[in-house]
Amino acid sequence: MGPATKKSVRKICCSISVSALSWLLCALPCYASLGGDLSSVRDDQARINASLLVTQTSAYSVHELHSPTGQVIREYAAPSGKIFAVTWHGPWAPDLQHLLGSHFAEFQQALQSSNRRAAHGPLFVEQGSLVVELGGHMRDFMGRAYLSDQLPAGVRAQEIR
Amino acid sequence: MTPRRILVWPALLLTAAIVASCGGGSSHSNSMQPIVTSGSNVQTVTVNAGPANNYANGLFTTVTVCVPSTSTCQDISGVLVDTGSYGLRLLTSAGGGALTLSLPAQTSGSNQVGECAAFVTGYTWGSVNFADIKVSGEQASNVPVQVIDPTFAAVPPDCKNGGVPADDSLQMLGANGILGVGPYAQDCGTACTQTGAANPSLYYGCNGSSCQVIAEALTQQVQNPVALFASDNNGVIIELPAVSSPQPSLTGSIVFGIGTQSNNSVGSATVFPLNSSGEFSTTFNGQTYPGFVDSGSNAYFFLDAATAGLTVCSDDSGFYCPGSPTNFSATTFSSAIKTNVSFTVSSADSLFSNQADFVFSTLGGPNVGTFDWGLPFFFGRNVYTAIESRTTPVGSGPFWAY
Repeated sequence: MGPATKKSVRKICCSISVSALSWLLCALPCYASLGGDLSSVRDDQARINASLLVTQTSAYSVHELHSPTGQVIREYAAPSGKIFAVTWHGPWAPDLQHLLGSHFAEFQQALQSSNRRAAHGPLFVEQGSLVVELGGHMRDFMGRAYLSDQLPAGVRAQEIR
Repeated sequence: MTPRRILVWPALLLTAAIVASCGGGSSHSNSMQPIVTSGSNVQTVTVNAGPANNYANGLFTTVTVCVPSTSTCQDISGVLVDTGSYGLRLLTSAGGGALTLSLPAQTSGSNQVGECAAFVTGYTWGSVNFADIKVSGEQASNVPVQVIDPTFAAVPPDCKNGGVPADDSLQMLGANGILGVGPYAQDCGTACTQTGAANPSLYYGCNGSSCQVIAEALTQQVQNPVALFASDNNGVIIELPAVSSPQPSLTGSIVFGIGTQSNNSVGSATVFPLNSSGEFSTTFNGQTYPGFVDSGSNAYFFLDAATAGLTVCSDDSGFYCPGSPTNFSATTFSSAIKTNVSFTVSSADSLFSNQADFVFSTLGGPNVGTFDWGLPFFFGRNVYTAIESRTTPVGSGPFWAY
């Protein structure tokens, strides 16, 4: 499949939970987005990427995905299955529309209202409970986003890496 | 922004006198760095407000671009010197920039090649064109450059999905262009030569306004022009004087080549090889973080308010505003090679209180989990950036040395 079509394919495969069709389409990573539900895509993740790594703590699970372009994405899911944080690191800029999901518009709105005299470097956005941090430089991008009011009890933001 | 207090500057900076020398410069120390001001490989750089008159700690120079193999040229001033990116990008007059010269387009089949180049806080979109590039006495011929042009083809969804704004105007970019002279030769590398899912979607073939991702050969990608110079092509040195208090402007040099001439030897500088992410490490308070050196970042961007013990400014969460100037010490290292770095952060509100000042040695801001050694790090310190795979008398790039 050509890279030009990958975004539409991602949307299709992420909306289908378990089917032969999704298995065929998911040559690219499907991942849940911030505030979304992990359970609907867990099966897809397991199929599409053998290097998928799931680690469990008492307070949350971390689902690590390696995309074909070399990006490492970690999703932090509460015991309820709801994703309260995502992080990314890799040579290319993150697809924030997908990672932030329903919070993408909120993020863009916050950017427009930010002061532009201004920091040229990383970006730190706090809009209500949404926190988005972008860092790095060309050929190495990193960052994270989380919902500060949805961190499981006892979890500190510093743990999200 | 309102002034809060008189700043107390560290004695170290007051005593860091700068000696300008012409054509010399074989030995360096952190407290007294000679700055080379003459030579065919030396170009003046200036920290000032830039062409948009609003850039804090922006390092600018003038670049001459020519239609390849002709004497049809244009000098473009106000180009940001950026060791955190790779390749020359120029903003067209359509976007409020200086570039009016028509440069031949790069094509892929019958389509014009476009590029979406991602930076952390924005992206540049436009066509890829060829230019001869001249800086100081150095020249690179027929170099793929990006022409940032808001009137070029429609911005592809992959480009917009990064979520950060388009740097497609003078106001947004704050410069007439970006001269990327970082430690890589291309802005993408082998990933963009691939087809399919592994291609990160930087380069496009555009038919009219409709663009599709293409595989782009290494030599066709937007190139760090230094890597294409006939000589002095293994890296750059940025040499800026120390800064003791906020000031309107600061003048220094970019020297091309490392150990290729008498005026660009490494001397006693410490060499830090980079890891596969193009970074090294920084230790602070016993914790180790990834770190990098970047003249295109305009402050010491490090950690978060809680970890650093600082507060961010109430009117701009991008900078710190401590109640009084605060001293820090960290260790930059690469394997067993270590150097201690001391720096001070003071309130951005205080620093910005005089509207005429644009050079700030104590500007800092948050950068969670990472150290970004931005332009203040370069003040009073000659910083070498060696390009990947290129040899120097002190080893192959990529490395930083200072």
